[in-house]
Amino acid sequence: MEFKGLDIVSIRDLTREQIEFVLDLSEKMIPYARGEKFTKMLEGRILANLFFEPSTRTRMSFETAMARLGGRTLEMSHPSMMSIAKGETLADTIRMVESYSDAIVLRHPHEGAARLAAKFSRSPVINAGDGAGQHPTQTLLDLFTIRRDKQHIEGIKVALVGDLKYGRTAHSLAEALTLFGAEVTFVAPASLQMPRETVKQVEKLGGKPKLTSKLEEVIKDIDVLYVTRIQRERFPDPSEYLKVAGSYRIDNTLLREAKQNLTVMHPLPRVDEIAPEVDYTQHAKYFEQAFNGVPVRMALLSLVLGGEL
Amino acid sequence: MKEFKVTPIRNGTVIDHIDCGMALKVLRIIGVSSNNVSSPISVLMHVPSKKEGFKDVVKVEDRELDPKEVDKISLISPDATINIIRDFNVAEKYKVTLPQVVRGIVRCGNPSCITNLNEPVEPEFSVESKKPPVLRCIYCDRILDDTAEHLI
Ligand SMILES: Nc1ncnc2c1ncn2[C@@H]1O[C@H](COP(=O)(O)OP(=O)(O)OP(=O)(O)O)[C@@H](O)[C@H]1O
Ligand SMILES: [Mg+2]
Ligand SMILES: [Zn+2]
Repeated sequence: MEFKGLDIVSIRDLTREQIEFVLDLSEKMIPYARGEKFTKMLEGRILANLFFEPSTRTRMSFETAMARLGGRTLEMSHPSMMSIAKGETLADTIRMVESYSDAIVLRHPHEGAARLAAKFSRSPVINAGDGAGQHPTQTLLDLFTIRRDKQHIEGIKVALVGDLKYGRTAHSLAEALTLFGAEVTFVAPASLQMPRETVKQVEKLGGKPKLTSKLEEVIKDIDVLYVTRIQRERFPDPSEYLKVAGSYRIDNTLLREAKQNLTVMHPLPRVDEIAPEVDYTQHAKYFEQAFNGVPVRMALLSLVLGGEL
Repeated sequence: MKEFKVTPIRNGTVIDHIDCGMALKVLRIIGVSSNNVSSPISVLMHVPSKKEGFKDVVKVEDRELDPKEVDKISLISPDATINIIRDFNVAEKYKVTLPQVVRGIVRCGNPSCITNLNEPVEPEFSVESKKPPVLRCIYCDRILDDTAEHLI
């Protein structure tokens, strides 16, 4: 399977076979990601980390991934001061950075930025989030986490809960899960429910998504609970926010109703969607999920840069 | 038998079978305003169509359309026909066709899309369905909602 030089802009750019290939390689990367084994496969290679928006997790995990593969990362120290403020176009920034590096990771506040960057860059571009747009490496690490935990994705019942309307990563995940044969349920208040377009897309892929506003209705049946953040800004009325946020708060009382091996995931950072007491239960997989960003990004970097284990 | 509601034109273009109500948008597409037209233009609105229902028709004298204008018309009226009139007769007739990729004729409706910033690219859409036209921005991945309002 040829990945060298490939841009990873949207999860839709990858076929199911390609995704499986990435996940298999991610599995092999785990001991290297943990620092138990060492490799220099990307020695001498340079990754440009272009983050035009603050990010801790994604930026650091790319940097860690590159370092664990023996490569180096260029960081842009004050992106806002550096180019946006000077009025430089993204196209020009990319043409410049491309000449300093072998691959580019881009986080940008505007949708479509990564697709544009890919047009202007000869070296591969990996989208690390474009505004409310795509974030394919998040989707890959989410799939990887479920597959590691449950051994397979097909037939697994996954409930996505929280802000499903604005969170594009929830849309991509819903589609990708369906592609792999999982059964998805969308749990959200009507005002934050999954957009029609995504529901239709899931149906087109052969899924039969259930939509509900009540978590209690589904908690008994599901294998994975994927929690996302509900942003206060979405609610003009603060009391409405408190009511909605409160009704989706995950704690041990709620989890008593769940299957013993229910997996609770969250892309982090969480605010108070998941009570800290849950951290100490076997359900909590969100920190593992965050770690999984490293082997998955290692797999991707080694593939697009043509490294060999 | 030809029946004319307006004076026949010697040379020019008849844009026929325009979706009802779209005639004024067609005028905007072909760049008609009071100060740049020397020859008459006739607009027929809500006339019965032989094919079905009602249609609009626009007739411009001494002028042919360029391909970009025709593509724009296809976006708002996928059934329109272009008739080129020479010496009072229909010399050429063709249906507009929506291209597979729409580039540089319509802006993305998503204000936060990178193509709405000052970047050196033309907005570009893939056509997901021709009837009705459904356009998806190849950059931000959004479906364009109100095509007619975003014509460049
Ligand atoms: N010389 C002309 N001046 C103005 N309009 C004309 C002239 N000749 C034809 N037209 C108009 O151009 C359109 C196409 O003419 P045509 O004779 O091909 O009609 P048609 O057979 O009904 O075509 P269609 O099948 O496309 O509806 C009609 O709306 C007709 O009224
Ligand atoms: Mg006719
Ligand atoms: Zn767009």
